[in-house]
Parts: sequence; C-alpha cells; structure tokens
Amino acid sequence: MTETLKISNLHVAVEGKPILSGVNLTIHRGEVHALMGPNGSGKSTLAGAIMGHPKLEITEGTIELDGRSILEWDTSERARAGVFMAFQRPMAIPGVKMADFLRHATTNVRYPSRKEGEQLIPMREFRKELREKMAQLRMDEEFARRYVNDGFSGGEMKRAEILQMAMLRPKFAVLDETDSGLDVDAVKLASQSIAEIGGAEMGILIITHHDRLLEHNVPDFTHVMLGGRIVETGGVELARELYTEGYDQVRARHPEDAAIEKEMTSIEKKVASGAA
Amino acid sequence: MSTAIASTGFSQEAFDAFLTTRDEPGWLIDMRRNAWRRFEELPMPSVRDEEWMRTDIRLFKLDRFGLPHSSPLDASPAHATEPHGVLAAGVEVGGRSTTLDGRLVVGELATKWAKQGVLFGSLDRMAAEHGDLLRPYFQRHVVDPFRDKFSALNAAGWSGGTLLYVPKGVRIEDPFHSLSVLGDGGIDFGKILVILDRDAEATVLTEVASLSANGGGLHCGSMELIVERGAGLRYVSLQNWGDEVWHFAHQKAHVASEGRLQWTIGALGSRLSKVNQHIAMTGPDAEVQVNGVMFTEGRQHLSYNTHQHHQAAYCKSDLLYKAALQDHSRTVWRGMIKVEKDAQRTDAYQRNDNLMLSRDARADSIPGLEIEADDVRCTHGSTSGRVDEQQLFYAMTRGYSRREAVRMIVTGFFQQVFDRITIEGVRNALSEAIGRRVRDIKEAVA
Ligand SMILES: Nc1ncnc2c1ncn2[C@@H]1O[C@H](COP(=O)(O)OP(=O)(O)O)[C@@H](O)[C@H]1O
Ligand SMILES: [Mg+2]
Repeated sequence: MTETLKISNLHVAVEGKPILSGVNLTIHRGEVHALMGPNGSGKSTLAGAIMGHPKLEITEGTIELDGRSILEWDTSERARAGVFMAFQRPMAIPGVKMADFLRHATTNVRYPSRKEGEQLIPMREFRKELREKMAQLRMDEEFARRYVNDGFSGGEMKRAEILQMAMLRPKFAVLDETDSGLDVDAVKLASQSIAEIGGAEMGILIITHHDRLLEHNVPDFTHVMLGGRIVETGGVELARELYTEGYDQVRARHPEDAAIEKEMTSIEKKVASGAA
Repeated sequence: MSTAIASTGFSQEAFDAFLTTRDEPGWLIDMRRNAWRRFEELPMPSVRDEEWMRTDIRLFKLDRFGLPHSSPLDASPAHATEPHGVLAAGVEVGGRSTTLDGRLVVGELATKWAKQGVLFGSLDRMAAEHGDLLRPYFQRHVVDPFRDKFSALNAAGWSGGTLLYVPKGVRIEDPFHSLSVLGDGGIDFGKILVILDRDAEATVLTEVASLSANGGGLHCGSMELIVERGAGLRYVSLQNWGDEVWHFAHQKAHVASEGRLQWTIGALGSRLSKVNQHIAMTGPDAEVQVNGVMFTEGRQHLSYNTHQHHQAAYCKSDLLYKAALQDHSRTVWRGMIKVEKDAQRTDAYQRNDNLMLSRDARADSIPGLEIEADDVRCTHGSTSGRVDEQQLFYAMTRGYSRREAVRMIVTGFFQQVFDRITIEGVRNALSEAIGRRVRDIKEAVA
C-alpha cells in the first residue's frame, strides 16, 4: 500500500473566523502536487493545519496519515511521523546553533520514540552527514555554526529550510513559498536541490506563485485555491497557465468562491485601515 | 546543618567585643568605628525609599543575626568535605581561597606569583600584615560606607573576605578562585578587594554558595575592584546562595584611564538579593563590559541596581543583563547610565532582557539615562516576554517536544550572554549551572 496523506472536507477557523471551508486533497508518497492561489486564499493556513498549529481550529473534516486521523496529534508527533513543512517565514532562534538544532531534530524524527534526555545521534556521525548534505546544497560550512535563521537573508533562510528537509527525510513535505524572495538562480538551485535530496520519494505539496520551482519537480497535479477551497485541479499545464494568466479566469469560472475571497480580503482591508 | 556562630546581636558591646578580636592597624579600627556610628544612625531602608520601592524587606529581621563573634582566623569547624564550587573545576589556578561563614578554610597562592609581589588570600590577614600598602586603597572608599545601612554595617563589621593585589605590570594568565560558603543560618560579612596596579592583568573567579540548597543566613557584603591605568581585569561572580539567604551587597569598580574591565555576574540563589553594582570610569579611554545572567524560581526576589558612571571622556561601557523567571519569582533591574559634563565621546549601552516562564513571575526593568555631556552615544533597551509561540511551533515541526523546545529556546536566550564571556571555563560552568535550572523547567506557559 502506498503511503497517503489525505485531507477530507477540511474546515479551519482562526479565532472564530472561518478560513478554510471544505478542502479535499489526497497526496500519495512519490507524487508532486502544486498548490496555487491568490494571496489570502488560505494556502499557508492549510499547511499550518497539516502541521497542527495550535491557533488553528479544525471545525470539520479530517486529516489522515495512512488511514489514521492525526488531528489529535500534536505538532511534534506529526513531525516524528514523517510530516514536514518548510515555512514561508521561518522563525529565528537566537543563541541556538543550526547544527545543534538539527542534531536534536534529526534524532527525534529518526527515532520517534526517543524520550527527552535520551541519547542523540553521535556527533561525528551527524556532522559528517550534515556536511555532505550542505555540500550537496552548495551551502557554506559556516552555516552550521550560525544561529538558527538569526540574521539570515531571505535566500539563506529558504535554503536552510531545504537543508532541514534533507536531514529529516520526511515522507510528506509542504513547501510554503520556498521560492518567494529568491532570485532566478536561487530558485533554480532550490528546485534542483529538492529533486536531488530525494523529492521523488516524498509526497510533496509545493505552494508557489511561479512555475520555476516546479522545473525539476514537475507536478502530477496542480490545485487552485480560492476563498478557502480548492476550486480546480489539473496537470502541469494548469500551473503554467496560472503563472502567465493570473487568477482572473479562475475567479470568473468560480464566482461564488471569488465572492468569498472578496469578502475575506475586504474584512482584512477594513481591519487594516481601521488600525491605521 | 547548624554552625557554631554565637550571635551577640548588633549592640555597642557586641561591636566592642568584635573589635577586640581584630588584629589590625588603628586607622582601620577608626574606619570601622566611624562606619558603626553611621550604621546606628541610619534607618533600615523601606519601600518609601525610591531605591527600595520594589524590594520589600519588612520580613528581614536583622536582630536574628549578629556580628562575627570569634576571631576570623580561628580554624573553622571541621567539615567532612571541603566545598569546591564550580567555576574553577579542572582549571589551573594562580591561587585559591575558601571560606566558611567568613572564616578561612583554604588559602593558597602559587609561588611564582608570590615571588612577583602578588598578594592573594584572606583580607583579614592581609590587612594585618600589609596595612601600609592597603591603606590608601581602603581610604579611597570605593564603596561609600555611608551609602546605606548595609554598606555601613559591612564597613564596620566586615570579616573574612578576599584580597588580590597585583603589582605594576604583572600579567597573570591563571585565574584566581575564591569561594565563600555559608552554613545554614550563618552570616557572611565578606569584603572583596581587588587591586590591579598599572598595566597589570588578572582574572578572578568568585563564587558564593550555601552548604545546603535550602539554607538560610545573611550575607552583607562589599566588593571593590580597582583597575589602575592600563590594567585589565576579568571578574566573574556567581551567586548561588541557598533559598533562604538574605543577600545585600554593594559592588563597585573604579576603572582608570585605558583600564579594561569585563565583569560577569551570575545570580541563581538567595531568598532576596539587593545588589548595587556600580562602575566608575575615572579616566579617559576606559572600557567596561558587564554581563549578567539570572535565573529565578519559587518566591525568589532579585533586585539589581546598576550604574555606569562615565566621569571621563572616550570611555565605553556595555551592559547586558538577561533573566529567566519561573514560578512566583521576581526580578528588578534599575540601570542608570550617568555621563558627566566632561565625559565627551562617551559610548554607553545598557540592555535588559527578561524571559517569563510563568504567568506569576514578574520582571521590572527600569533603564535610565542622565547625560550632561553633549557629544555622546548612549543607548538602552529592555524586553520582557514569554517564550514565543511561533518559535515553539517551529521547533515542534522539527520533532522537538514542547518542553524540549522551551528548554532549547531558554538556553539560546542565555547563550547570547555567554557568547560575550571570553573565559571558556567560565562560559561552560555558567552554562552548566544555568543548564541545570533549565532542565528543571516544569512547564512553559503560553
Ligand atoms: N493567525 C491568524 N490570525 C488571523 N487571521 C489569519 C491568521 N492566519 C491567517 N489568517 C487569515 O487567513 C486568511 C488566509 O491566509 P493564508 O493562509 O496566510 O493565505 P495564503 O497563504 O494563501 O496567502 C487570510 O485572510 C488571513 O488574514
Ligand atoms: Mg501564505
């Protein structure tokens, strides 16, 4: 049986405000899915819900890993079960070296039953593997000694996310705009890197606005999110079309969802102008 | 465990009796008498005094304690094990001194430094034996004996304590280690005096602790660091008193022109601490760095007044205090940068960051600037907050349990201070001491 991450009829609210309203998405291991959609349509919220962000309230629907619901699992348990997310905006953890952070993380994910205080992967062994992965991603060794995302440029952060994915070797990975803020060459490198570190063995959900990240990770499916729902699913050609044409045609084809989108973003604008 | 100090309170008779146990020069006895008079005149500080507004000591009963009774040079009651401390573990030291309830247990100075005129050991003995040399330093009153009741009490009744004197141009790599231990219910009126004459260099590691982690007692101390022209001092003090100890201390440094001082404090223990840490840059081009690390729990109250006093031009001072607070504990930091009119081109910085690990903990952070010169750069900042939920989420997506994530984030929070400490052994010892507290973190609050 292939391993599967299955999202059914997912409704998510933040502080009582509905954001996702009935998302369906099934990812098998070995598949690449692209998720596109205008800003504010709920893509990052979906990623957060998959990882179990404590602020997100699941009001309806399920998320299943190989047939088992993971809704009751905390974020750490999901990570240890092989679910990963590369953040659109990674957090800095000052004072904690990348290498130390990752050694602990890697041990926990590879030995999911490890209890706090139990041994970590031996330092030597870990360093060696980390160095190899960093070389593969053309990252300077000095990176490992820097504090997690502290003072990193946008590009460095995104590459650090890919490095973490490479070390943790997840079964399923959500990459949330791993290409945004990167220049053309950097996106190329990222795209190539994802493929090189074994993207093909994972089930990947790539959230993006462009098609460049997809160059080396050609999507089997492309989904479009609008107003908190996936409104269309197609192949690789849909990703190209959205990139070149934008979302107006999608909005025209799905007037009801476009109306919800409008409402969601207008509330935001009101809040923004009210606060100003 | 109880110790054999007979308390005779703080009466005139007790003070006279105390003086008869002292074998020291007349000028020093006179200093003590003056301070004693002041001690008797001064009221106990109260919350009506601005400096004590946030630090209530009504539960502190001075008369439960008394002046040191027997001669400090008497042998201490025998102890099964000699306490060692943590700062100098496995380190080659230039000298070491250990006191118990203010009385000397161990005092050693490496011969090669003794030969160069270095003095190190019990201040009691040094004052008796080297009175002429020490007199001008004593009479500088680096810590003002009349400042408050506690400074007066220490000036009148100090006993035990430690001296380091390094003559002109002598540069010492190996650190000096001094440890003061308090038995349960004991008193420690230690005075620490460090003198680096011109162009001298030294490192001093001091630590204080109780025999038992929940021990009580009273420490009323003073610390005077004199860094003469071109000298360089690295000074570390780790406070690890038992949970019931009352800790009152005045600590002050004079840094002369081109002098350098790196002063690191770690504060983990005591029931209540009220510490004044004062640095005066008395000549141009002095450079001072202050590092502070605090970790409180239970109902501890730690209050620090820091004062960066720029008296001359072209000096630089940089202070960073970080505290993590658990349970119902409380910290107070009041920082003052004072720049005198002549202290042009001052570069001064102060910062205090507090990490709240409990909803019931409280940190007061009160930076202050008083600037009379017009060409200066003075900046300050302070933050207080809980462990960031987004950071926790991020770490948990990498497989960290919530508690592991909290501990890692707290460790990182302190690492930023440790990074400034240039003595590797101290960095490790402090992070180990903090690490022990971090491992005890019960639960993080959101
Ligand atoms: N933590 C939050 N609190 C309040 N509203 C949120 C929060 N996170 C997301 N939202 C709202 O949810 C909607 C979807 O946001 P998001 O998932 O970030 O969209 P996308 O990633 O597609 O740009 C937006 O209207 C946004 O304002
Ligand atoms: Mg997003």
